[in-house]
Amino acid sequence: MINMNVNLAGVELKNPVMTASGTFGSGAEYSEYVDLNKLGAVVTKGVASVPWPGNPTPRIAETYGGMINAVGLQNPGIDVFCQRDIPFLKKYDTKIIVNVCGKTTEDYCKVVERLADEDVDMLEINISCPNVKEGGIAFGQDPKAVEAITRQVKKYAKQPIIMKLSPNVTDITVMAKAAEAGGADVLSLINTLTGMKIDVNRRTFAVANKTGGLSGPAIKPIAVRMVYQVANAVSLPIIGMGGIATAEDALEFILAGATAVSVGTANFHNPCTTVEVVEGIEEYLNKNKIQDIQELIGVVK
Amino acid sequence: MSEKKKYNCPVISQEQIVEGIYSLWIQAKEIAAQAKPGQFVSLYSRDGSRLLPRPISICEIDREKGALRLVYRVAGKGTAEFSRMPKGHPIAVMGPLGNGFPLERAEGKRVFLMGGGIGIPPMLETAKELNAEKMIIAGYRDELFLNQELSDNGTLYVATESGSQGTKGNVLDAIAANELRADVIFACGPTPMLRAIKAYAAENHIECWISMEEKMACGIGACLACVCQSTEVDGHSHVHNKRICKDGPVFLSTEVEL
Repeated sequence: MINMNVNLAGVELKNPVMTASGTFGSGAEYSEYVDLNKLGAVVTKGVASVPWPGNPTPRIAETYGGMINAVGLQNPGIDVFCQRDIPFLKKYDTKIIVNVCGKTTEDYCKVVERLADEDVDMLEINISCPNVKEGGIAFGQDPKAVEAITRQVKKYAKQPIIMKLSPNVTDITVMAKAAEAGGADVLSLINTLTGMKIDVNRRTFAVANKTGGLSGPAIKPIAVRMVYQVANAVSLPIIGMGGIATAEDALEFILAGATAVSVGTANFHNPCTTVEVVEGIEEYLNKNKIQDIQELIGVVK
Repeated sequence: MSEKKKYNCPVISQEQIVEGIYSLWIQAKEIAAQAKPGQFVSLYSRDGSRLLPRPISICEIDREKGALRLVYRVAGKGTAEFSRMPKGHPIAVMGPLGNGFPLERAEGKRVFLMGGGIGIPPMLETAKELNAEKMIIAGYRDELFLNQELSDNGTLYVATESGSQGTKGNVLDAIAANELRADVIFACGPTPMLRAIKAYAAENHIECWISMEEKMACGIGACLACVCQSTEVDGHSHVHNKRICKDGPVFLSTEVEL
């Protein structure tokens, strides 16, 4: 019997595969297509202290091997989330990771404090959304701000804190070290890369926000490189993501140093991608006679 | 739980019916068994460079043969790829998605079934399944398509932008020219047309259901890409947004801002 369990800051996941925030809602819609019990964790769409309307449409555009999105963190607010979405996810045998967004430090802390007594396993702090004017990436591009917000949310958090890092920086290891210094328990990376697409027929921007976050297989080599860099710069566990569509993709991230992986944009092309990645990793372990997934984490040096 | 999936649906037949518009029959037993008029399916490219689904409305449902007819316009590389798929080729399809037209709101009444351009196809299955006094108003640029099948299932009124056939102008011009009246409207077409129909329905106090479109990513209500603005705070989103793929694509015209 092979071991697929991984441990993130004391939270034991049955396998290293989770969903990437924003691509999976709170799991309800996808539960008609995917057995959520088979996932290591469900990472929810970002939730703020109050409902956010998000950006105007069009919010997405397809690009070569990827897509640009500028949804703008539309969410129903933490009250609805606690009443509706957490009880739904509690019906499944999977870990619950809540993605938290905010415009100010106080916003983030309010949500983190509210979640402290909820039955969820971890919190992922989104300091890297490129599509909102306030908050989001503004916290994620300055190491002093990264360290400060990490330290603040840690004051209110009862669950382990994952800081989600932006790739839109000169040196991601600087931000990773800042999050570690602030007391982060886990790092997740990468969020989307800021991109732009122009519709030549309409002669305007393809998404209403002008810029959006680029995701999908097109960004995978950048994501793998950044996971490798961060894994060699800090001692925190890493959740790797960015263009994962197959087990082979996921294994690249694990070999580069990720303890767990998230599947995002690929869910849009195939809603069953997460489960197929879990099965594919198991097959790989069997085929290569590896007893424990943990033997693979970061072995490529 | 987790019983829905993406299907591989073999092409039964495919033909170009007018310039740039294709009629495709696919074998889709599970989807056909559940599908209702006004719903749509997501079609997926086989080319890894194109990840996102192309939402296409259902034109006809043959539940006996387990087949679906999709009539679509080639608008880009994805739809061009579908148009080249020969008989027997499997297309990746997910559906049926969204909510269809509420036929029960129109049973036995005078109904306008209004379609503009590539919004015409869903009106065919709607007309076939609806028991009512059906006035089908179809707006074309120039060349007609599906007009024979539509007139077999109701009284067809045609408008063409070019004036080559029927009333010169749009679907509302055809209503005026023929002095038509209705109790309920079902409409699908480009946003300017839907905006005009919404205003017409409000002026004439007619219950009006419109089918909307937007670029989609997940197609099932999770990603919040394809939202439209709602007049009231929506019960799911808790903001003034509704999801076209999941809460629509058919909405009561007074529920949404256009």
